[in-house]
Amino acid sequence: MSLIDSVSLPRSIRLPRVDGLVQWIVPLAIIAIWQVASITGFVPTRVLPAPSDVALAGWKLLLSGELVRNIWVSFWRASTGFLIGGSIGFAFGLANGLSQLSARLTDTTLQMVRNVPHLALIPLVILWFGIDESAKLFLVALGVFFPIYLNTLHGIRTVDPQLIEMGRIYGMSDGELFRRVIFPGALPSIFVGIRFALGIMWLTLIVAETIAASSGLGYMAMQAREFMLIDVVVLSILIYALLGKLADSASRVLERLTLSWHPAFQKR
Amino acid sequence: MQTALRTSLAETERASRANFAPTSRVLREERPAPISGLPLGIRALRKSYGDNEVLRGIDLHIAAGQFVAIVGKSGCGKSTLLRLIAGLEKVDAGSVSFGDAVKPEDIRVMFQEPRLLPWARVLSNVEVGLGRDRASSDAHLRAEKALTEVGLADKREQWPSVLSGGQKQRVALARALVSRPRVLAFDEPLGALDALTRISMQRLLERVWRDQGFTAILVTHDVSEAVALADRVLVIEDGRIAHDVTVNVARPRERGSVELASLEGSILSHLLSADDRT
Ligand SMILES: Nc1ncnc2c1ncn2[C@@H]1O[C@H](COP(=O)(O)OP(=O)(O)OP(=O)(O)O)[C@@H](O)[C@H]1O
Ligand SMILES: [Mg+2]
Repeated sequence: MSLIDSVSLPRSIRLPRVDGLVQWIVPLAIIAIWQVASITGFVPTRVLPAPSDVALAGWKLLLSGELVRNIWVSFWRASTGFLIGGSIGFAFGLANGLSQLSARLTDTTLQMVRNVPHLALIPLVILWFGIDESAKLFLVALGVFFPIYLNTLHGIRTVDPQLIEMGRIYGMSDGELFRRVIFPGALPSIFVGIRFALGIMWLTLIVAETIAASSGLGYMAMQAREFMLIDVVVLSILIYALLGKLADSASRVLERLTLSWHPAFQKR
Repeated sequence: MQTALRTSLAETERASRANFAPTSRVLREERPAPISGLPLGIRALRKSYGDNEVLRGIDLHIAAGQFVAIVGKSGCGKSTLLRLIAGLEKVDAGSVSFGDAVKPEDIRVMFQEPRLLPWARVLSNVEVGLGRDRASSDAHLRAEKALTEVGLADKREQWPSVLSGGQKQRVALARALVSRPRVLAFDEPLGALDALTRISMQRLLERVWRDQGFTAILVTHDVSEAVALADRVLVIEDGRIAHDVTVNVARPRERGSVELASLEGSILSHLLSADDRT
Protein backbone atom coordinates (compact mmCIF):
# COMPACT_ATOMS: atom_id res chain seq x y z
CA MET A 1 0.00 0.00 0.00
CA SER A 2 2.84 2.36 0.83
CA LEU A 3 4.19 1.64 -2.62
CA ILE A 4 0.99 2.76 -4.27
CA ASP A 5 0.79 5.72 -1.93
CA SER A 6 4.16 6.99 -2.97
CA VAL A 7 3.19 7.12 -6.62
CA SER A 8 2.36 10.76 -7.10
CA LEU A 9 -0.38 11.47 -9.55
CA PRO A 10 -0.23 14.71 -11.53
CA ARG A 11 -1.79 17.69 -9.73
CA SER A 12 -3.78 16.61 -6.76
CA ILE A 13 -6.32 14.61 -8.69
CA ARG A 14 -6.25 11.27 -6.97
CA LEU A 15 -8.48 8.72 -8.51
CA PRO A 16 -9.96 6.45 -5.87
CA ARG A 17 -7.69 3.55 -6.73
CA VAL A 18 -6.12 2.71 -3.40
CA ASP A 19 -9.23 3.60 -1.44
CA GLY A 20 -11.17 1.67 -4.04
CA LEU A 21 -9.57 -1.57 -2.93
CA VAL A 22 -9.52 -0.95 0.79
CA GLN A 23 -13.11 0.10 1.14
CA TRP A 24 -14.44 -3.10 -0.46
CA ILE A 25 -12.76 -5.39 2.06
CA VAL A 26 -15.54 -5.16 4.65
CA PRO A 27 -18.49 -5.63 2.26
CA LEU A 28 -16.76 -8.60 0.63
CA ALA A 29 -16.01 -10.13 4.00
CA ILE A 30 -19.63 -9.73 5.04
CA ILE A 31 -20.78 -11.47 1.86
CA ALA A 32 -18.33 -14.31 2.47
CA ILE A 33 -19.52 -14.80 6.04
CA TRP A 34 -23.11 -14.61 4.88
CA GLN A 35 -22.47 -17.30 2.27
CA VAL A 36 -20.89 -19.59 4.83
CA ALA A 37 -23.75 -18.98 7.27
CA SER A 38 -26.28 -19.89 4.58
CA ILE A 39 -24.50 -23.02 3.46
CA THR A 40 -24.12 -24.32 6.98
CA GLY A 41 -27.78 -23.62 7.61
CA PHE A 42 -27.02 -21.14 10.35
CA VAL A 43 -29.24 -18.64 8.53
CA PRO A 44 -32.33 -20.31 7.00
CA THR A 45 -32.70 -19.44 3.34
CA ARG A 46 -36.33 -18.46 3.93
CA VAL A 47 -35.06 -15.60 6.05
CA LEU A 48 -32.08 -14.68 3.94
CA PRO A 49 -31.07 -16.49 0.77
CA ALA A 50 -27.41 -17.25 0.19
CA PRO A 51 -25.45 -14.66 -1.81
CA SER A 52 -24.98 -17.26 -4.50
CA ASP A 53 -28.78 -17.60 -4.80
CA VAL A 54 -29.11 -13.86 -5.01
CA ALA A 55 -26.45 -13.78 -7.71
CA LEU A 56 -28.23 -16.56 -9.57
CA ALA A 57 -31.51 -14.66 -9.40
CA GLY A 58 -29.69 -11.62 -10.68
CA TRP A 59 -28.23 -13.61 -13.53
CA LYS A 60 -31.64 -14.90 -14.58
CA LEU A 61 -33.17 -11.44 -14.46
CA LEU A 62 -30.21 -10.14 -16.40
CA LEU A 63 -30.75 -12.72 -19.12
CA SER A 64 -34.45 -11.92 -19.36
CA GLY A 65 -33.54 -8.22 -19.72
CA GLU A 66 -35.83 -7.35 -16.85
CA LEU A 67 -33.04 -6.33 -14.52
CA VAL A 68 -31.38 -3.92 -16.90
CA ARG A 69 -34.71 -2.38 -17.82
CA ASN A 70 -35.67 -1.82 -14.20
CA ILE A 71 -32.29 -0.46 -13.22
CA TRP A 72 -32.37 1.87 -16.17
CA VAL A 73 -35.85 3.12 -15.29
CA SER A 74 -34.84 3.77 -11.69
CA PHE A 75 -31.59 5.40 -12.70
CA TRP A 76 -33.38 7.63 -15.17
CA ARG A 77 -35.95 8.69 -12.58
CA ALA A 78 -33.28 9.37 -10.00
CA SER A 79 -31.04 11.43 -12.25
CA THR A 80 -33.82 13.37 -13.95
CA GLY A 81 -35.50 14.16 -10.66
CA PHE A 82 -32.14 15.12 -9.20
CA LEU A 83 -31.31 17.43 -12.08
CA ILE A 84 -34.69 19.15 -11.99
CA GLY A 85 -34.86 19.56 -8.22
CA GLY A 86 -31.15 20.27 -7.91
CA SER A 87 -31.12 23.02 -10.53
CA ILE A 88 -34.16 24.72 -9.09
CA GLY A 89 -32.67 24.49 -5.59
CA PHE A 90 -29.35 25.82 -6.83
CA ALA A 91 -31.04 28.69 -8.65
CA PHE A 92 -33.04 29.69 -5.57
CA GLY A 93 -29.95 29.33 -3.39
CA LEU A 94 -28.00 31.65 -5.67
CA ALA A 95 -30.80 34.16 -5.96
CA ASN A 96 -31.48 34.29 -2.24
CA GLY A 97 -27.83 34.31 -1.32
CA LEU A 98 -27.05 37.18 -3.64
CA SER A 99 -30.16 39.29 -3.44
CA GLN A 100 -31.80 40.52 -0.28
CA LEU A 101 -35.00 41.20 -2.15
CA SER A 102 -35.24 37.67 -3.48
CA ALA A 103 -34.44 36.26 -0.05
CA ARG A 104 -37.12 38.34 1.61
CA LEU A 105 -39.58 37.35 -1.04
CA THR A 106 -39.11 33.59 -1.01
CA ASP A 107 -36.99 32.35 1.87
CA THR A 108 -39.70 32.25 4.53
CA THR A 109 -42.06 30.42 2.21
CA LEU A 110 -39.41 27.88 1.33
CA GLN A 111 -38.50 27.35 4.96
CA MET A 112 -42.14 26.66 5.69
CA VAL A 113 -42.49 24.15 2.88
CA ARG A 114 -39.28 22.52 4.06
CA ASN A 115 -40.93 21.50 7.29
CA VAL A 116 -43.38 19.29 5.46
CA PRO A 117 -41.78 15.86 5.01
CA HIS A 118 -41.95 15.43 1.27
CA LEU A 119 -42.88 11.77 1.56
CA ALA A 120 -46.03 12.84 3.37
CA LEU A 121 -47.14 14.21 0.04
CA ILE A 122 -47.27 10.77 -1.57
CA PRO A 123 -51.06 10.36 -1.30
CA LEU A 124 -51.56 13.82 -2.73
CA VAL A 125 -49.05 13.21 -5.48
CA ILE A 126 -50.76 9.96 -6.44
CA LEU A 127 -54.07 11.82 -6.62
CA TRP A 128 -52.46 14.46 -8.85
CA PHE A 129 -50.32 12.36 -11.12
CA GLY A 130 -51.52 8.78 -10.64
CA ILE A 131 -48.60 6.37 -10.69
CA ASP A 132 -47.24 8.16 -13.69
CA GLU A 133 -43.53 8.99 -14.20
CA SER A 134 -44.18 12.59 -13.21
CA ALA A 135 -45.21 11.47 -9.72
CA LYS A 136 -41.79 9.96 -9.07
CA LEU A 137 -39.93 12.83 -10.68
CA PHE A 138 -41.91 15.31 -8.64
CA LEU A 139 -41.15 13.57 -5.37
CA VAL A 140 -37.46 13.14 -6.11
CA ALA A 141 -37.12 16.72 -7.29
CA LEU A 142 -38.88 17.98 -4.19
CA GLY A 143 -36.72 15.89 -1.90
CA VAL A 144 -33.51 16.97 -3.59
CA PHE A 145 -34.48 20.62 -3.75
CA PHE A 146 -34.05 21.49 -0.09
CA PRO A 147 -30.60 20.19 0.75
CA ILE A 148 -29.22 21.85 -2.35
CA TYR A 149 -31.11 25.06 -1.79
CA LEU A 150 -30.12 25.33 1.87
CA ASN A 151 -26.48 24.50 1.36
CA THR A 152 -26.04 26.76 -1.65
CA LEU A 153 -27.62 29.59 0.32
CA HIS A 154 -25.50 28.85 3.36
CA GLY A 155 -22.35 28.60 1.24
CA ILE A 156 -22.92 31.95 -0.39
CA ARG A 157 -23.85 33.69 2.84
CA THR A 158 -20.78 32.45 4.65
CA VAL A 159 -18.19 33.40 2.06
CA ASP A 160 -15.49 35.27 3.96
CA PRO A 161 -16.56 38.95 3.90
CA GLN A 162 -12.90 39.94 4.03
CA LEU A 163 -12.36 38.21 0.70
CA ILE A 164 -15.38 39.96 -0.76
CA GLU A 165 -14.00 43.28 0.46
CA MET A 166 -10.64 42.37 -1.04
CA GLY A 167 -12.29 41.65 -4.39
CA ARG A 168 -14.08 44.96 -4.24
CA ILE A 169 -10.88 46.85 -3.39
CA TYR A 170 -9.18 45.25 -6.35
CA GLY A 171 -11.92 46.44 -8.65
CA MET A 172 -13.75 43.23 -9.46
CA SER A 173 -17.03 43.67 -11.27
CA ASP A 174 -20.14 41.93 -9.93
CA GLY A 175 -19.69 39.05 -12.33
CA GLU A 176 -16.03 38.66 -11.54
CA LEU A 177 -16.67 38.84 -7.83
CA PHE A 178 -19.14 36.01 -8.21
CA ARG A 179 -16.94 33.91 -10.44
CA ARG A 180 -13.69 34.41 -8.59
CA VAL A 181 -14.75 34.80 -4.97
CA ILE A 182 -18.34 33.96 -4.11
CA PHE A 183 -18.94 30.82 -6.13
CA PRO A 184 -15.64 29.07 -5.33
CA GLY A 185 -16.13 30.03 -1.71
CA ALA A 186 -19.60 28.50 -1.66
CA LEU A 187 -18.58 25.35 -3.51
CA PRO A 188 -17.61 23.18 -0.52
CA SER A 189 -20.99 23.83 1.04
CA ILE A 190 -22.75 23.17 -2.27
CA PHE A 191 -21.07 19.77 -2.37
CA VAL A 192 -22.32 18.98 1.11
CA GLY A 193 -25.78 19.73 -0.25
CA ILE A 194 -25.24 17.48 -3.25
CA ARG A 195 -24.16 14.56 -1.09
CA PHE A 196 -27.16 15.00 1.18
CA ALA A 197 -29.42 15.29 -1.83
CA LEU A 198 -28.10 12.07 -3.34
CA GLY A 199 -29.07 10.17 -0.21
CA ILE A 200 -32.53 11.68 -0.21
CA MET A 201 -32.84 10.99 -3.92
CA TRP A 202 -32.49 7.22 -3.44
CA LEU A 203 -34.64 7.15 -0.36
CA THR A 204 -37.46 9.00 -2.09
CA LEU A 205 -37.23 6.85 -5.17
CA ILE A 206 -37.33 3.59 -3.22
CA VAL A 207 -40.40 4.66 -1.31
CA ALA A 208 -42.14 6.05 -4.37
CA GLU A 209 -41.40 3.00 -6.48
CA THR A 210 -42.49 0.65 -3.76
CA ILE A 211 -45.80 2.39 -3.29
CA ALA A 212 -46.70 3.66 -6.70
CA ALA A 213 -44.98 2.30 -9.75
CA SER A 214 -45.28 -0.24 -12.54
CA SER A 215 -41.58 -0.51 -13.24
CA GLY A 216 -38.25 0.16 -11.59
CA LEU A 217 -36.27 -1.51 -8.85
CA GLY A 218 -38.74 -0.79 -6.09
CA TYR A 219 -41.52 -2.22 -8.19
CA MET A 220 -39.41 -5.28 -8.94
CA ALA A 221 -38.91 -5.84 -5.23
CA MET A 222 -42.62 -5.49 -4.50
CA GLN A 223 -43.54 -7.92 -7.27
CA ALA A 224 -41.02 -10.40 -5.94
CA ARG A 225 -42.49 -10.08 -2.49
CA GLU A 226 -45.90 -11.03 -3.78
CA PHE A 227 -44.46 -14.19 -5.34
CA MET A 228 -42.29 -14.85 -2.28
CA LEU A 229 -39.09 -14.50 -4.36
CA ILE A 230 -36.95 -13.46 -1.45
CA ASP A 231 -33.74 -13.67 -3.49
CA VAL A 232 -35.04 -10.99 -5.86
CA VAL A 233 -36.06 -8.80 -2.94
CA VAL A 234 -32.55 -9.01 -1.52
CA LEU A 235 -31.11 -8.43 -4.97
CA SER A 236 -33.08 -5.19 -5.34
CA ILE A 237 -31.89 -3.98 -1.98
CA LEU A 238 -28.27 -4.72 -2.87
CA ILE A 239 -28.59 -2.93 -6.18
CA TYR A 240 -30.02 0.10 -4.43
CA ALA A 241 -27.03 0.06 -2.11
CA LEU A 242 -24.65 -0.20 -5.06
CA LEU A 243 -26.30 2.60 -6.99
CA GLY A 244 -26.25 4.80 -3.91
CA LYS A 245 -22.59 4.10 -3.44
CA LEU A 246 -21.94 4.85 -7.11
CA ALA A 247 -23.65 8.22 -6.90
CA ASP A 248 -21.70 9.08 -3.79
CA SER A 249 -18.40 8.10 -5.41
CA ALA A 250 -19.21 10.20 -8.46
CA SER A 251 -19.81 13.23 -6.28
CA ARG A 252 -16.59 12.57 -4.39
CA VAL A 253 -14.56 12.45 -7.58
CA LEU A 254 -16.18 15.67 -8.73
CA GLU A 255 -15.43 17.20 -5.36
CA ARG A 256 -11.78 16.26 -5.54
CA LEU A 257 -11.46 17.67 -9.02
CA THR A 258 -13.04 21.00 -8.19
CA LEU A 259 -11.81 21.43 -4.63
CA SER A 260 -8.21 20.46 -5.20
CA TRP A 261 -7.22 23.76 -3.60
CA HIS A 262 -8.83 22.76 -0.34
CA PRO A 263 -6.37 21.59 2.34
CA ALA A 264 -8.69 18.68 3.11
CA PHE A 265 -8.25 17.35 -0.41
CA GLN A 266 -4.55 17.87 -0.84
CA LYS A 267 -2.77 15.24 1.17
CA ARG A 268 -4.68 12.18 2.11
CA MET B 1 -25.06 44.39 3.00
CA GLN B 2 -25.06 42.59 -0.30
CA THR B 3 -27.17 45.24 -1.97
CA ALA B 4 -25.04 48.00 -0.56
CA LEU B 5 -22.03 46.26 -1.99
CA ARG B 6 -23.60 46.05 -5.37
CA THR B 7 -24.50 49.72 -5.64
CA SER B 8 -21.11 50.89 -4.49
CA LEU B 9 -19.46 48.58 -6.98
CA ALA B 10 -21.57 49.95 -9.77
CA GLU B 11 -20.77 53.45 -8.67
CA THR B 12 -17.04 52.94 -8.64
CA GLU B 13 -17.22 51.33 -12.02
CA ARG B 14 -19.17 54.17 -13.50
CA ALA B 15 -16.91 56.72 -11.91
CA SER B 16 -13.78 55.01 -13.06
CA ARG B 17 -15.01 54.66 -16.60
CA ALA B 18 -16.12 58.27 -16.80
CA ASN B 19 -13.15 59.92 -15.17
CA PHE B 20 -10.17 57.72 -15.54
CA ALA B 21 -10.34 55.79 -18.74
CA PRO B 22 -8.39 58.35 -20.83
CA THR B 23 -5.89 58.98 -18.04
CA SER B 24 -5.25 55.31 -17.58
CA ARG B 25 -4.47 54.87 -21.25
CA VAL B 26 -1.96 57.70 -21.13
CA LEU B 27 -0.41 56.28 -18.01
CA ARG B 28 -0.08 52.85 -19.49
CA GLU B 29 1.79 54.23 -22.45
CA GLU B 30 4.13 56.06 -20.12
CA ARG B 31 5.16 52.88 -18.36
CA PRO B 32 7.70 51.82 -17.29
CA ALA B 33 8.72 55.34 -16.37
CA PRO B 34 9.17 55.47 -12.59
CA ILE B 35 5.91 56.20 -10.88
CA SER B 36 6.20 58.51 -7.96
CA GLY B 37 4.08 58.54 -4.86
CA LEU B 38 1.09 60.78 -4.40
CA PRO B 39 0.89 63.48 -1.74
CA LEU B 40 -2.00 63.10 0.63
CA GLY B 41 -4.01 65.83 2.29
CA ILE B 42 -6.50 65.23 5.05
CA ARG B 43 -8.58 68.08 6.35
CA ALA B 44 -10.85 68.13 9.42
CA LEU B 45 -11.66 64.50 8.97
CA ARG B 46 -14.36 63.10 11.22
CA LYS B 47 -15.86 59.69 11.54
CA SER B 48 -18.20 58.17 14.06
CA TYR B 49 -19.96 54.87 14.40
CA GLY B 50 -23.26 55.61 16.09
CA ASP B 51 -22.42 57.47 19.30
CA ASN B 52 -18.82 56.44 19.13
CA GLU B 53 -16.85 59.40 17.82
CA VAL B 54 -13.77 57.64 16.53
CA LEU B 55 -12.00 60.41 14.62
CA ARG B 56 -12.63 63.97 15.78
CA GLY B 57 -10.86 66.12 13.30
CA ILE B 58 -7.71 64.82 11.70
CA ASP B 59 -5.56 67.31 9.84
CA LEU B 60 -2.63 65.86 8.05
CA HIS B 61 -0.41 66.42 5.08
CA ILE B 62 1.81 63.65 3.81
CA ALA B 63 4.41 64.48 1.21
CA ALA B 64 4.69 62.36 -1.91
CA GLY B 65 6.79 59.30 -1.31
CA GLN B 66 6.98 59.72 2.43
CA PHE B 67 6.86 56.74 4.76
CA VAL B 68 4.49 57.49 7.63
CA ALA B 69 3.75 55.23 10.55
CA ILE B 70 0.63 55.57 12.66
CA VAL B 71 0.61 54.31 16.23
CA GLY B 72 -1.88 54.57 19.02
CA LYS B 73 -3.56 52.37 21.53
CA SER B 74 -5.98 49.71 20.45
CA GLY B 75 -9.34 51.05 19.34
CA CYS B 76 -8.13 54.62 18.83
CA GLY B 77 -9.17 54.60 15.19
CA LYS B 78 -6.00 53.75 13.28
CA SER B 79 -7.70 51.21 11.07
CA THR B 80 -10.62 53.56 10.60
CA LEU B 81 -8.29 56.31 9.40
CA LEU B 82 -6.62 53.92 7.01
CA ARG B 83 -9.92 52.69 5.65
CA LEU B 84 -11.05 56.25 5.08
CA ILE B 85 -7.82 57.02 3.22
CA ALA B 86 -8.30 53.93 1.08
CA GLY B 87 -11.89 54.86 0.40
CA LEU B 88 -13.30 51.78 2.09
CA GLU B 89 -15.51 53.85 4.37
CA LYS B 90 -17.40 57.07 3.80
CA VAL B 91 -16.17 60.16 5.60
CA ASP B 92 -18.68 61.90 7.88
CA ALA B 93 -17.05 65.30 7.49
CA GLY B 94 -13.84 66.73 6.14
CA SER B 95 -11.89 65.45 3.18
CA VAL B 96 -9.18 63.16 1.98
CA SER B 97 -7.47 64.29 -1.20
CA PHE B 98 -4.58 63.16 -3.30
CA GLY B 99 -2.55 65.60 -5.32
CA ASP B 100 -3.70 64.09 -8.56
CA ALA B 101 -6.64 62.38 -10.17
CA VAL B 102 -6.38 58.83 -8.92
CA LYS B 103 -7.32 55.54 -10.46
CA PRO B 104 -8.46 52.76 -8.13
CA GLU B 105 -5.22 50.92 -8.89
CA ASP B 106 -3.19 53.81 -7.51
CA ILE B 107 -4.16 53.12 -3.93
CA ARG B 108 -3.68 49.72 -2.39
CA VAL B 109 -4.21 48.36 1.09
CA MET B 110 -2.60 45.46 2.84
CA PHE B 111 -4.23 43.98 5.91
CA GLN B 112 -3.11 41.91 8.83
CA GLU B 113 -4.71 38.90 7.15
CA PRO B 114 -3.31 38.10 3.73
CA ARG B 115 -6.81 37.68 2.26
CA LEU B 116 -5.62 35.42 -0.52
CA LEU B 117 -8.15 33.46 -2.53
CA PRO B 118 -7.60 29.89 -1.30
CA TRP B 119 -8.86 28.49 -4.62
CA ALA B 120 -6.49 30.45 -6.81
CA ARG B 121 -2.83 29.61 -7.28
CA VAL B 122 -0.27 32.09 -6.02
CA LEU B 123 0.27 33.67 -9.42
CA SER B 124 -3.46 34.16 -10.05
CA ASN B 125 -3.76 35.71 -6.63
CA VAL B 126 -1.13 38.24 -7.57
CA GLU B 127 -2.90 38.91 -10.88
CA VAL B 128 -5.99 39.92 -8.92
CA GLY B 129 -3.98 42.98 -7.90
CA LEU B 130 -3.88 44.28 -11.45
CA GLY B 131 -7.44 45.52 -11.11
CA ARG B 132 -8.92 46.32 -14.48
CA ASP B 133 -5.68 45.32 -16.20
CA ARG B 134 -6.23 41.69 -15.20
CA ALA B 135 -7.29 40.74 -18.68
CA SER B 136 -4.36 42.41 -20.45
CA SER B 137 -1.84 40.26 -22.25
CA ASP B 138 1.10 41.11 -20.00
CA ALA B 139 -0.82 40.29 -16.81
CA HIS B 140 1.14 37.07 -16.28
CA LEU B 141 4.44 38.77 -16.81
CA ARG B 142 3.70 41.62 -14.45
CA ALA B 143 2.46 39.24 -11.77
CA GLU B 144 5.59 37.16 -12.10
CA LYS B 145 7.74 40.25 -11.76
CA ALA B 146 5.93 41.26 -8.61
CA LEU B 147 6.37 37.75 -7.21
CA THR B 148 10.07 37.87 -7.98
CA GLU B 149 10.25 41.17 -6.18
CA VAL B 150 9.04 39.56 -2.96
CA GLY B 151 11.23 36.50 -3.56
CA LEU B 152 8.49 33.98 -4.20
CA ALA B 153 8.84 33.32 -7.91
CA ASP B 154 9.27 29.60 -7.27
CA LYS B 155 5.93 29.39 -5.47
CA ARG B 156 3.87 30.67 -8.37
CA GLU B 157 2.01 27.41 -8.96
CA GLN B 158 1.30 26.63 -5.30
CA TRP B 159 -2.01 26.84 -3.49
CA PRO B 160 -1.97 29.51 -0.77
CA SER B 161 -2.80 26.92 1.88
CA VAL B 162 0.66 25.37 1.64
CA LEU B 163 2.47 28.67 2.27
CA SER B 164 3.70 29.84 5.64
CA GLY B 165 2.20 32.93 7.25
CA GLY B 166 5.10 35.09 6.16
CA GLN B 167 4.98 33.77 2.62
CA LYS B 168 1.26 34.44 2.40
CA GLN B 169 1.86 37.99 3.51
CA ARG B 170 4.56 38.35 0.86
CA VAL B 171 2.10 37.16 -1.79
CA ALA B 172 -0.35 39.76 -0.49
CA LEU B 173 2.41 42.33 -0.80
CA ALA B 174 3.11 41.27 -4.37
CA ARG B 175 -0.58 41.56 -5.14
CA ALA B 176 -0.62 45.07 -3.69
CA LEU B 177 2.52 46.04 -5.62
CA VAL B 178 1.66 44.59 -8.99
CA SER B 179 -0.44 47.53 -10.09
CA ARG B 180 2.40 49.89 -9.19
CA PRO B 181 0.35 51.82 -6.63
CA ARG B 182 1.22 55.37 -5.72
CA VAL B 183 -0.12 55.09 -2.20
CA LEU B 184 0.22 51.89 -0.22
CA ALA B 185 -1.57 51.63 3.12
CA PHE B 186 -0.64 48.87 5.55
CA ASP B 187 -2.85 47.87 8.46
CA GLU B 188 -0.57 45.94 10.80
CA PRO B 189 0.60 43.74 7.96
CA LEU B 190 3.20 42.05 10.14
CA GLY B 191 1.08 41.75 13.25
CA ALA B 192 0.64 38.01 13.01
CA LEU B 193 4.23 37.10 12.18
CA ASP B 194 6.99 35.82 14.41
CA ALA B 195 9.84 38.13 15.36
CA LEU B 196 12.37 36.93 12.77
CA THR B 197 9.92 36.85 9.89
CA ARG B 198 8.79 40.28 10.97
CA ILE B 199 12.26 41.74 10.66
CA SER B 200 12.86 40.26 7.24
CA MET B 201 9.44 41.51 6.14
CA GLN B 202 10.28 44.97 7.46
CA ARG B 203 13.43 44.95 5.35
CA LEU B 204 11.39 43.84 2.36
CA LEU B 205 8.86 46.62 2.89
CA GLU B 206 11.58 49.19 3.17
CA ARG B 207 13.29 47.91 0.03
CA VAL B 208 10.20 47.92 -2.18
CA TRP B 209 9.26 51.32 -0.84
CA ARG B 210 12.68 52.69 -1.78
CA ASP B 211 12.60 50.99 -5.18
CA GLN B 212 9.13 52.10 -6.13
CA GLY B 213 8.75 55.39 -4.34
CA PHE B 214 5.10 55.06 -3.35
CA THR B 215 3.71 56.95 -0.40
CA ALA B 216 3.56 54.48 2.46
CA ILE B 217 1.21 54.63 5.43
CA LEU B 218 1.84 51.96 8.00
CA VAL B 219 -0.41 51.29 10.97
CA THR B 220 1.42 49.30 13.58
CA HIS B 221 1.32 48.31 17.24
CA ASP B 222 5.05 47.99 17.32
CA VAL B 223 6.72 51.31 18.03
CA SER B 224 10.18 49.94 17.24
CA GLU B 225 8.88 48.90 13.84
CA ALA B 226 7.48 52.39 13.34
CA VAL B 227 10.74 54.16 14.09
CA ALA B 228 12.78 51.63 12.12
CA LEU B 229 10.78 52.12 8.94
CA ALA B 230 9.11 55.50 8.93
CA ASP B 231 10.20 59.03 8.11
CA ARG B 232 7.54 60.21 10.47
CA VAL B 233 5.52 58.68 13.27
CA LEU B 234 2.02 59.91 14.11
CA VAL B 235 0.48 59.18 17.47
CA ILE B 236 -3.31 59.17 17.52
CA GLU B 237 -5.09 59.96 20.74
CA ASP B 238 -8.71 60.84 21.40
CA GLY B 239 -9.50 60.89 17.72
CA ARG B 240 -6.80 63.43 16.90
CA ILE B 241 -3.17 63.40 15.98
CA ALA B 242 -1.56 64.05 19.34
CA HIS B 243 2.08 63.83 18.30
CA ASP B 244 3.88 64.09 15.03
CA VAL B 245 7.43 62.81 15.40
CA THR B 246 9.96 63.10 12.61
CA VAL B 247 12.50 60.31 12.44
CA ASN B 248 15.64 61.96 11.19
CA VAL B 249 17.80 58.89 11.01
CA ALA B 250 19.70 58.08 7.85
CA ARG B 251 18.95 54.85 5.99
CA PRO B 252 19.85 52.05 6.06
CA ARG B 253 19.01 52.18 9.71
CA GLU B 254 20.70 50.07 12.24
CA ARG B 255 18.14 48.24 14.31
CA GLY B 256 18.61 48.81 18.02
CA SER B 257 20.77 51.90 17.58
CA VAL B 258 20.75 54.49 20.37
CA GLU B 259 19.00 57.09 18.23
CA LEU B 260 16.13 54.78 17.32
CA ALA B 261 15.88 53.48 20.87
CA SER B 262 15.55 56.95 22.37
CA LEU B 263 12.91 57.90 19.80
CA GLU B 264 11.06 54.72 20.53
CA GLY B 265 11.26 55.48 24.24
CA SER B 266 9.79 58.94 23.89
CA ILE B 267 6.94 57.75 21.67
CA LEU B 268 6.18 54.93 24.07
CA SER B 269 6.05 57.36 26.96
CA HIS B 270 3.54 59.49 25.00
CA LEU B 271 1.41 56.42 24.51
CA LEU B 272 1.68 55.29 28.10
CA SER B 273 0.93 58.71 29.59
CA ALA B 274 -2.20 58.83 27.43
CA ASP B 275 -3.07 55.44 28.80
CA ASP B 276 -2.64 56.62 32.39
CA ARG B 277 -4.91 59.58 31.82
CA THR B 278 -7.81 57.42 30.72
N1 LIG C 1 -17.72 48.99 11.29
C1 LIG C 1 -17.75 49.48 12.54
N2 LIG C 1 -18.92 49.64 13.19
C2 LIG C 1 -18.96 50.12 14.43
N3 LIG C 1 -17.89 50.50 15.13
C3 LIG C 1 -16.70 50.38 14.54
C4 LIG C 1 -16.56 49.86 13.23
N4 LIG C 1 -15.25 49.85 12.90
C5 LIG C 1 -14.61 50.32 13.98
N5 LIG C 1 -15.46 50.65 14.95
C6 LIG C 1 -15.10 51.23 16.26
O1 LIG C 1 -14.24 52.28 16.04
C7 LIG C 1 -13.21 52.33 17.00
C8 LIG C 1 -11.86 52.35 16.31
O2 LIG C 1 -11.67 51.11 15.62
P1 LIG C 1 -10.37 50.83 14.80
O3 LIG C 1 -10.54 49.49 14.20
O4 LIG C 1 -10.12 51.95 13.89
O5 LIG C 1 -9.28 50.80 15.94
P2 LIG C 1 -7.72 50.52 15.80
O6 LIG C 1 -7.03 51.73 16.26
O7 LIG C 1 -7.41 50.03 14.45
O8 LIG C 1 -7.55 49.37 16.86
P3 LIG C 1 -6.52 48.14 16.80
O9 LIG C 1 -5.19 48.71 17.11
O10 LIG C 1 -6.99 47.26 17.90
O11 LIG C 1 -6.62 47.54 15.47
C9 LIG C 1 -13.42 51.11 17.88
O12 LIG C 1 -14.01 51.55 19.08
C10 LIG C 1 -14.37 50.24 17.13
O13 LIG C 1 -15.22 49.58 17.99
MG1 LIG D 1 -6.87 48.09 13.63
